[in-house]
Amino acid sequence: MGRRVLVTGLGTFWGGRVAQALEREPEVEVIVGLDREEPSVELERTEYVRSDENYSILSRIVKATKVDTIVHTFLVVDSTSMSSRTMHEINVIGTMNLFAAASAPGSTVRNVVVKSSTLVYGSSKEDPTWFSEEAPRSSPAHTPVERSLLAVEGYVRDFAEDNPHVNVTLLRYSNVLGPDIVTSASKALELPLVPSLFGFDPRLQFVHEDDVIRSMMFVLDNEVPGIYNVAGDGLLPWSEVAKICGKRTAPLPPIGMGIATAPLRRIGVELPPELLALLKYGRGVDNRRFKRAGFQYQYTSAGTVKAFVEALRLRRTVGDKPAYHYERDVEQFFRHSPAVVRDVDA
Amino acid sequence: MPPSERKTQVKTTTRALVPVPRTTPEPEPLADPRESDVDEWGRSEHMREIARRLFDPMYRRWFRAEWEGLEKIPTDGGALLVSNHAAAIPSDAPVIMHGIETELGRPVYGLAEYIFRDMPVVGTMWSRVGGVTAQPDNAYRLLREQKQLVLVFPEGTKGTSKSYNERYHLRRFGRGGFVEIAMRAGVPIVPIAVMGAEESMPILFKLPGLAKALGMPYVPITANMVAFGPLLGSVLYFPAKFKLKVLDPISFDVAPNQPRYSRSKVMDESEAIREKIQEALYEMLRERRSVWFG
Repeated sequence: MGRRVLVTGLGTFWGGRVAQALEREPEVEVIVGLDREEPSVELERTEYVRSDENYSILSRIVKATKVDTIVHTFLVVDSTSMSSRTMHEINVIGTMNLFAAASAPGSTVRNVVVKSSTLVYGSSKEDPTWFSEEAPRSSPAHTPVERSLLAVEGYVRDFAEDNPHVNVTLLRYSNVLGPDIVTSASKALELPLVPSLFGFDPRLQFVHEDDVIRSMMFVLDNEVPGIYNVAGDGLLPWSEVAKICGKRTAPLPPIGMGIATAPLRRIGVELPPELLALLKYGRGVDNRRFKRAGFQYQYTSAGTVKAFVEALRLRRTVGDKPAYHYERDVEQFFRHSPAVVRDVDA
Repeated sequence: MPPSERKTQVKTTTRALVPVPRTTPEPEPLADPRESDVDEWGRSEHMREIARRLFDPMYRRWFRAEWEGLEKIPTDGGALLVSNHAAAIPSDAPVIMHGIETELGRPVYGLAEYIFRDMPVVGTMWSRVGGVTAQPDNAYRLLREQKQLVLVFPEGTKGTSKSYNERYHLRRFGRGGFVEIAMRAGVPIVPIAVMGAEESMPILFKLPGLAKALGMPYVPITANMVAFGPLLGSVLYFPAKFKLKVLDPISFDVAPNQPRYSRSKVMDESEAIREKIQEALYEMLRERRSVWFG
């Protein structure tokens, strides 16, 4: 029997991408995708289930589909994308219910991959230059997104402890950039002048969106339980990031930040507190453990920024890719109608 | 065999119970389109070069720095340089870093308090010329993995904030963390006694209320401010003659990479190093005829 995979957050950027990558794997037999929202990318054979983070629905799905693998990508790391209340529901309550469902008696789950973030390390003046996976935070978490991710990691740890027969891999991703993903950092880098904090030029690390997907597929193929930082090689000063993008920085005053960032917010570029902390202190994470496990990156931090800006230039010239709209009836027809001739080998 | 089955079989080999060493070929180095020479610690050789050019007249003409026992500093491999610390704006750090870089051609990373990371401009500049946040993991990585020279002042701001009448009385050497790091990294400690920094910017008295309001460790009124006025005096050093004496390196007969070391041993070693530097300073002061001419 092939692999049966449950992907949470199918409607998000990552969930959709992971499902697409899973569809290319012949040994993956079933892909079930959960989300509150419809998928935003085109999918061949993934079964989409509209569901919230309600426990009874999750446990029914886990039981009914007999999934052996859960890819938990439904973790919000961009606090500007929704209210902190919704974020708490999705991150904390969603994860709690998902793992409660997965640890129910008779559960068939054997592999779990969780997409966390290096936000869990925070960003403060007492930080080491490089955080290893064991390094504790230097200061308590202040922002809602960091607090919710710490709670999520707590549930993951409990689940791993209670279920030693399950391979649990927790991946902590650094700042993601790439041709398609939109984050508050990518929005800041798209501006004609890149905002920075006056007098500060911290060092940051980046990981390419393709490496993110490749890393999740690597974990599914190789079963490497544990916690891993995922980030490209090298730390870049923010001024150099702007330079690679062919831009200058526009320093924001250290006081009166609210007034200074108001015009940016107007045009849809919000600088959340965790990004401001990053623009002051930076953050580096040690990526060697994941490399020792056998993963090979395709981009360094600088290479990631370059790939991002090259895609940006291309998009400026040729325009956006046509957007995909999920049509429930069409998708159901292709998956389940007897009229469709399905290739049995695929 | 259908392709799907073949693929599954290939995969099972990597799921052996005993980890099989991977036979994947060495990957090609990735393209790394860097635009600056700022390293992972924030140090830039280009900025360092500018700093050296600016500081060289200060080092040679103003302080007329003179070294003794420079050959005791290892020319390769990691070593932790430990020195006494003085002056309202410490002049010993740039003199030691500049001296070793120009005389031995080796970069020196200076460990400094967290507070620098909260200072706009100053913190960034300090980082570009080789300043690193004093954090055990940073020191370990620099010493053990990158085999660099790292400079630390165990007295910290307790050393620089002391007033003129306490000059050359070494403060407590922290909690001995520097000894523990050297043990963990398996590198020798090279003590350096610095004479002259105390007189380059002596503190007459401090303003604790203002320091608290500004969030600074101390706000001093220096003799330089009295002599040169409040503006020039807060940046211009007195031309005290600098003498630096490198003492014999100390190696520890303990295994590196231990999770922890005996507290008593750490404190004994820390005390011993403090006393050695203190003794060397008394020796040098006995021989000193003039603050300005040595």
